Amino acid sequence: MAPIIEIKDLTKSYRRGNQSIVVLENISLNIEYGDFLALMGPSGSGKSTLLNLIAGLDKADSGSIKVGGIDISLLSESMLAKWRSENVGFIFQFYNLVPVLTAFENVELPLILTGLSKKERKEHVTTALNLVNLEDRMDHYPGQLSGGQQQRVAIARAVVTDPTMIVADEPTGDLDRASAEEVLRLMERLSGDIGKTIIMVTHDPRAAKKANNMKYLEKGVLANAPEASFSECL
Amino acid sequence: MLLKLLFRNAFRHKLRAGLTICGICVAILAFGLLRTVVSAWYAGVDASSSTRLVTRNAISLIFPLPLSYKDKIRGVEGVKMVSLGNWFGGIYIEEKNFFANFAVDSKTYLDLYPEFVIPPEQKLSFLKDRKGCVVGRKLAKRFGWKPGDTIVLRGTIFPGNWEFILRAVYKGKNKTIDESQFFFHWDYLNETMKKVQPRRADQVGFYIIGTSSPDIAASTSKSVDSLFKNSFAETLTETEKAFQMSFIALSQTILMVIQLVSLVVIVIILAVVANTMAMSVRERMNEYAVFKTLGFGGFYLSILILGESLLITAIGCAIGIIATFPAADAFARAVGDFFPIFNISSRTIYLDMLAALIVGVVAAIFPIWRAVTVPIASGLGRVG
Ligand SMILES: Nc1ncnc2c1ncn2[C@@H]1O[C@H](COP(=O)(O)OP(=O)(O)O)[C@@H](O)[C@H]1O
Ligand SMILES: [Mg+2]
Repeated sequence: MAPIIEIKDLTKSYRRGNQSIVVLENISLNIEYGDFLALMGPSGSGKSTLLNLIAGLDKADSGSIKVGGIDISLLSESMLAKWRSENVGFIFQFYNLVPVLTAFENVELPLILTGLSKKERKEHVTTALNLVNLEDRMDHYPGQLSGGQQQRVAIARAVVTDPTMIVADEPTGDLDRASAEEVLRLMERLSGDIGKTIIMVTHDPRAAKKANNMKYLEKGVLANAPEASFSECL
Repeated sequence: MLLKLLFRNAFRHKLRAGLTICGICVAILAFGLLRTVVSAWYAGVDASSSTRLVTRNAISLIFPLPLSYKDKIRGVEGVKMVSLGNWFGGIYIEEKNFFANFAVDSKTYLDLYPEFVIPPEQKLSFLKDRKGCVVGRKLAKRFGWKPGDTIVLRGTIFPGNWEFILRAVYKGKNKTIDESQFFFHWDYLNETMKKVQPRRADQVGFYIIGTSSPDIAASTSKSVDSLFKNSFAETLTETEKAFQMSFIALSQTILMVIQLVSLVVIVIILAVVANTMAMSVRERMNEYAVFKTLGFGGFYLSILILGESLLITAIGCAIGIIATFPAADAFARAVGDFFPIFNISSRTIYLDMLAALIVGVVAAIFPIWRAVTVPIASGLGRVG
């Protein structure tokens, strides 16, 4: 079976004033269906940039990203938005829930664009909240939930549309150990039980250990996890 | 759901939303009151003009009308009485002694102006004396004139020294009546002109029409003017007050200033609402970036932001309009009978709504543009 994500010769640079800084250089990477990939590396190495490119939030300077056979670097802005809504579930470090919407409404948000009926939406949302074990908190606002609970709502929001892949940028970066553990267990279940393809950026080696695949990014260049630095982190 | 979100967004900062709504409310209230003053001004003019109309040359007041129009006007439906007159423009000794002086068809004129109160025997002696004149009480006092005195005016429009004998002094029926005017017999003027400048005889400056009821003022004016349409001297007929108003340039200026101020009020509130919206949207850039990440396009963001802006202005506008009514009532009581009619017209309310709509839309434009164009990655901020 062809890999779900095929990245070829991806290069990305940012302009700062009149000089441009190369953030990603000739990245090539294949990700298989159902992979749980941990992307590690020091701060500023370009992890988030790579993740944003894969998730269709940003455009590369050169190279191609094929997801399920579609080269997303060729899509227009509005087609890309539609593609994201159908194919990608997002989990952020700071949860990024809408504070004036309840947990239920936050999870329902991505379904607004799907044309499902209200009843169908309710079913999906309930299922997703059940999955993260928060069905009893669905009328709570983000401000009334702990960090770990908010991140679990965010996970429910990411899976509710049943996307092709889930991208997570340091999902445990802002959580205490117990909450982080719970979130990671959930990600594991998503990968193992449901078979979702997950790409997770993380600093945390314990988080990386849950993944079944790991890549290491340093100064914009991709490498397989060097044993030395990996154990160093531990 | 989006509607719910829009409502909750609008009131996320209760104090800020409250203050903005308060501002809109006060602005709409001020706008409404100012507009109402303007319309009350015109309404007052129309109401107090009661039953008298003035007909003059359509081109300008300085062009006369033929005397022959008198009988024709009298034939128009609704016309009860017709008088006529000329602005004489005479000077008493020197220019700084200015006062209004008119040649009028005395009998009909005094009948049309019952507010000029004259003792019957004085009135009789005025009407009997071809050279007689009648002056207001204040004017008589100013120059120390007594009945029987001879007064000489130097003509400016009608050349020569004109001699009059004071026969009557009028008193105003109430305080609003001008007691400093000077009237004499139009026949005296006309007969003299026949002798010295026959070309200028039988020419009338203005006709004054008494109608049976104020209700028919507009229709009567139209009938009179259409009667002389396409003749060599077309007429312009309007209520007496409107005619007088056209002299008072000052009032026009005041009205202009009021209109301008009401416009400025709207511009100020536009700035306030625009600032509120800009602040809210800047704080929520992160959220809008999340919306975009989830695939919501510019259309949805525009609806959210425009809706929020319109919601806030609509609430402020509604409260403002409601508050305008008691405020107008209080205002009307305070200014007494200066404005006999002080009603909030439906036009004012429509203008209120239009102004609020414009404010709501314009205030949203820039924030929408910002939210839609900001790249997602920078909108999400540095998240690690
Ligand atoms: N929008 C941007 N504009 C300019 N430079 C950026 C932007 N985003 C990231 N960078 C730079 O790119 C490099 C990689 O950033 P990032 O991908 O966020 O790293 P990581 O997530 O690995 O910490 C950093 O040096 C950062 O300063
Ligand atoms: Mg990062």
